[in-house]
Amino acid sequence: MSKEKLIKRYSAAERINHWIVAVCFVLLAISGLAFFYPAFFWLTGVFGTPQLARIVHPFVGVLMFLGFARQFFRYWHHNFIDKEDIKWMKSVKTVLAGHEVGDIGKYNGGQKGMFWMMTGCLLVLICTGVIIWRPYFAYYFPIELIRVALLLHAWSALALIAGIIVHVYAAIWVRGTIRAMVEGVVTHAWAKKHHPRWYREMTGDKNKS
Amino acid sequence: MSLQSQDILRRSASPTQPPIAREHKAEVAKLIDVSTCIGCKACQVACSEWNDLRDEVGNNVGVYDNPADLSAESWTVMRYSETEQNGKLEWLIRKDGCMHCAEPGCLKACPSPGAIIQYANGIVDFQSEHCIGCGYCISGCPFNVPRINQKDNKAYKCTLCSDRVSVGQEPACVKTCPTGAIRFGSKEDMKEYAQERVDELKTRGYANAGLYDPQGVGGTHVMYVLHHADQPELYHGLKKDPQISPVVSLWKGILKPLSTIGLAASVLFGFFHYIGVGPNKAEDDEEEDKA
Repeated sequence: MSKEKLIKRYSAAERINHWIVAVCFVLLAISGLAFFYPAFFWLTGVFGTPQLARIVHPFVGVLMFLGFARQFFRYWHHNFIDKEDIKWMKSVKTVLAGHEVGDIGKYNGGQKGMFWMMTGCLLVLICTGVIIWRPYFAYYFPIELIRVALLLHAWSALALIAGIIVHVYAAIWVRGTIRAMVEGVVTHAWAKKHHPRWYREMTGDKNKS
Repeated sequence: MSLQSQDILRRSASPTQPPIAREHKAEVAKLIDVSTCIGCKACQVACSEWNDLRDEVGNNVGVYDNPADLSAESWTVMRYSETEQNGKLEWLIRKDGCMHCAEPGCLKACPSPGAIIQYANGIVDFQSEHCIGCGYCISGCPFNVPRINQKDNKAYKCTLCSDRVSVGQEPACVKTCPTGAIRFGSKEDMKEYAQERVDELKTRGYANAGLYDPQGVGGTHVMYVLHHADQPELYHGLKKDPQISPVVSLWKGILKPLSTIGLAASVLFGFFHYIGVGPNKAEDDEEEDKA
């Protein structure tokens, strides 16, 4: 077998950044779902005691926000939605059947949509999270605002969790993707199939295949 | 809890039925007759005494209210309001504290199983050892009653002396009230007695006298006889039609089933998509061709 031809997709710093955010997300989702669903309250045991889960949750939240903010400034300029992405989004059924659509750059329409959705959710979560954070900040806000913040916090957290389920599934479904975030590399075949324009940019290959 | 309770109507964050064998218990109520209250604060003292609460001695803030507000260690406070009615100055004094709602917003909002319970007799009680200090009860309460203690980050409020009531005694504030302005008994009896008081007040020129037992929260187990029942706001902002905030109802109501459906749908979609379509592989031989 000939040696695999690989393209670097994520640097070590990017990968570490991603996994810090991912671990924070898992901890936050576990404790957050426990506070939201009585039937999942036992998940607070992961943190030792329920009150510890309540105390730790917002601090992990701040860490996740900072980690995500770093990612935002790494990737925002790759995530402007263009004509090819619109084409991709319109043919999402074909994409889901396993057939690629459009001359896709570093990210496809779905990934870009996910990026902006995550950004929106994180912004809502950090703002509302500070407003409802006891015992430190909630005292500074009127109760009506706290109520709205509680609702929005739960709502955006649930939207984010649903989004992350899709994010994780997409990574599992599209073979060779997880490697990009673990080892930092993808194969030429992967790049050519899923991100042809990015492939040409990376390899200098002028031919539109 | 060291003693077993079998008379629990509702239990926070508990989807299944709590032990209810003793549900035949009569609903109790505390009736506060504002028109016979002299504002002596004996009830405040009795509350601290019975419940072993020693709040910090505060400062005089220029009015009689002291402590100036409810706290984790002051479960009842007298609220003094000056108002002009029928061309006369009136000094309205209301004993403020937990209303023990039939539909308690605190219990609805609480995420910790069993941290708030409602007994069959109507008393809503915080089981503080299960409290996680999130403050959700504060957002659920339409009366702005629960307070989180800075020392232990747990929420506290009036228990309606559930320990005394469970052994057949009246709450400490009732016991101590020197004018009989605070009464305690079955809710039915208290309503009957309140009617007598209301009738009496009407003969004395308070045409709008009435009982405060707000139905927006299913009625309360602490009720007031007010001389101006048409304007409860006069009594230090007592709400005319208190209700659990619709925002809290959305959060603790429809959002749960909706999000369950949403999350389940995304998981199931992923699962069946994979089963149906299979992994999306980039063919290796294509790479070989190019190479």
